[in-house]
Amino acid sequence: MNNPDRITVPGSHVPGPEKLYEKRKAVYPQKIDGPFRRFKWFVMFVTLTIYYGTPWLRWDRGPYAPDQAVLVDLAHRRFYMFGIEIWPHEFYFVAGLLIMAGIGLFLVTSAVGRAWCGYSCPQTVWTDVFQHVDRFIDGDRNAQARLAKAPWGPAKIFKRTLKYSIYLAISFWTGGAWIMYFADAPTLTHDFWTGQAAPIAYATVAVLTATTFLLGGFAREQVCIYMCPWPRIQTAMLDEKSLIVTYKDWRGEKRGSLKKAEKNPGEFGDCIDCNQCVAVCPTGYDIRNGPDIACITCGLCIDACDRVMREVGRPRGLIDYATLEDNTREAAGETPRPVWKTILHLRTLIYLGVWGMLGLGLLFALGTRNHTDITIAQDRNPPFMLMSDGSVRNAYTLKLRNMESRPRKMEVAIEGLPGAVMWSEDMPREAAARKIVREVPADEIDTMRAYVVMPDGARSQKFTFTLRSLDEAGESDSGVTNFEAPGAEE
Amino acid sequence: MTDKRIDEATGVETVGHEWDGIEELNNPLPRWWVLTFYVCIFWALVYSVAYPAWPMISSATQGMLGWTSRGQLAAEMEAQEKERAASVAALANMPIEQLPGNPELMRAAVAGGRAAFKVNCVQCHGSGAAGGKGYPNLNDDDWLWGGDLKAIETTLIHGIRQPGDDQTRFSQMPSFGRDGILTGGQISAVASHVLALSGKGKDSAAGAQLFQENCAVCHGPDGKGMREFGAPNLTDAIWLYGGARKDVIASVTNAHAGVMPAWGTRLDPVTIKMLAAYVHSLGGGEDFTEQAAAPAAPATPAEQTNEQP
Ligand code: SF4
Ligand code: SF4
Repeated sequence: MNNPDRITVPGSHVPGPEKLYEKRKAVYPQKIDGPFRRFKWFVMFVTLTIYYGTPWLRWDRGPYAPDQAVLVDLAHRRFYMFGIEIWPHEFYFVAGLLIMAGIGLFLVTSAVGRAWCGYSCPQTVWTDVFQHVDRFIDGDRNAQARLAKAPWGPAKIFKRTLKYSIYLAISFWTGGAWIMYFADAPTLTHDFWTGQAAPIAYATVAVLTATTFLLGGFAREQVCIYMCPWPRIQTAMLDEKSLIVTYKDWRGEKRGSLKKAEKNPGEFGDCIDCNQCVAVCPTGYDIRNGPDIACITCGLCIDACDRVMREVGRPRGLIDYATLEDNTREAAGETPRPVWKTILHLRTLIYLGVWGMLGLGLLFALGTRNHTDITIAQDRNPPFMLMSDGSVRNAYTLKLRNMESRPRKMEVAIEGLPGAVMWSEDMPREAAARKIVREVPADEIDTMRAYVVMPDGARSQKFTFTLRSLDEAGESDSGVTNFEAPGAEE
Repeated sequence: MTDKRIDEATGVETVGHEWDGIEELNNPLPRWWVLTFYVCIFWALVYSVAYPAWPMISSATQGMLGWTSRGQLAAEMEAQEKERAASVAALANMPIEQLPGNPELMRAAVAGGRAAFKVNCVQCHGSGAAGGKGYPNLNDDDWLWGGDLKAIETTLIHGIRQPGDDQTRFSQMPSFGRDGILTGGQISAVASHVLALSGKGKDSAAGAQLFQENCAVCHGPDGKGMREFGAPNLTDAIWLYGGARKDVIASVTNAHAGVMPAWGTRLDPVTIKMLAAYVHSLGGGEDFTEQAAAPAAPATPAEQTNEQP
């Protein structure tokens, strides 16, 4: 690349070439087949299926909860994921998952380099999809380049219209799939097409359609090279022990065509300078220049070069996944270490350990979490109330959470505070007792006012509210609070 | 200082400014940056034409869209009112004693009452409705004029001691000391009896005798008070003007009389119903069951103190 590096030798002061922006060099990656390409197909199939398909999976949660397997229900502040239902106060699960995703990226990077970039990054996947559309409409590499240069005519207009329409259709489908995660998919689809969906749904689809269209259809490798922060972070995490796509220069150099090599035996390396590796590269990078953030380590150049090597009868692996360390070792004539050794080095194991512990911690929390929960807010104004019979009353606002998707009978009880009884706003005071049984609706927070009263002469003290579900689960939760009473009276 | 020259190291012209040997190179701005800047200028123009923007002598330019923040507030208030219209209408048509039969409406009323209370009532009764000396505590279960929804509503509408309102709550206690009805010693004896009624201090036969002669008319022979006259219960633990001996003596000597505005002349009936519902919900509200305590007959000779909403 022609980097407008303006540092020039003193004395040769040419007024600066004012090139503020380098025009994008169009990339027309060539079709290729090989193990990595097939793996890429496989990952693409899996990720897209997950993305487009997940919202349509059903999961029966009974009559009181939605039956969509994965649902981010913002309106009711619930997050459903198969058998798991997350409430807002349990957001640490989501935070934990995000942290795991982050550490997972580190783990993958330290084990297999930038595999995320090369195979499963959405930008990579959709760029790949769009490049296949290009090939389908315009033809392979050369045809694409020719068409791009060709003057506008009916054929080109037709092809361009067709291609952009397909882009748009894919983009729209992509944007449309996204909103399905936030509402019941079949209902939303119906509402969407009958104009009854929320404006935010249309806006989201519009924005995501536009971004997919632009980023996947046009910006493509520029996103990876210029816009995305991840390659920068990732390169900082790579070292000579990391697996990356490497051109074995000790074996390939000096490059020369087959003919030249035949004429001068011994003078040339294995690279026949056929440029196949560059032609197939989705970012247009020449891996023979060495590691670079432009390389997303998709391995397509490996497929291309392996085929060339097979054709000219040389061993495969001139370009290959290798660590720089092994590359040097191999260059010095030693045998490279087996891949599992590269993958299982200390850093990877540490990441794996942290990641695994987090995962186990979350699983443990998930397994032992309570589906009932009580929170207590004590009235502070006034802190206590003297009743006509001399007794002292305190008031509390209790939130009783029933996190099961069925209504449950729950018992609220006072523990400690001898002599105290309570009643709530929807029962007569005469029925005051130490326990109140309420039916808490399915999947809801029941707000209850508790008036706790102590006989004349009560003293301030701590006590506990307990909440227990009166079903076979017998779950309970409790919270400590204060009972306030007047100080010594005159 | 303008001393333009080509910078040797970079080959770029300087802008000619120098500060302590530091010079600025004349690197043009990126085009997208400049374009964004122009777009911003354009946007500012459009904005200042479309919306109120330029300050003039007495107001600002109106803006072509006719938008004002005041107008927006009015629109939002109107939308709110529309949203509340249904429950307001329902409340307007419903006798307050039927409110408990409609929990949803009750909730709405309590919420509305809470807001109205913060505006109209906290000045006397406090933000937590706990009152103060001479200002009844609305959280407790002691009611001078009755604590069911209907009685509270009546108190709210007609107020306490409001001249010109023949249904206003009115109690009057003689100033036994000031008017020379009782002597100091007698007052002291009555005070002992009153305190003894709620289990504080020693009783005396003389005090009991004086009480029966002077106080029982309003407070009842057993001192339990009478709601028709707004005469407080003297046997409970709640003292509007203080329960210490000196407070009781002061009350008997001078008598107290609180006032409360008749909100019926200031607030609309729906707001008053909401306030009643809120006050009732504070924890001491009484059931509206048997018969509503008949609205107090205006002014009867009475004894001790106070008022209550
Ligand atoms: S250089 Fe090779 S591995 Fe890197 S992006 Fe290009 S094709 Fe993929
Ligand atoms: S494909 Fe292999 S042989 Fe051909 S230019 Fe690339 S490295 Fe050299």
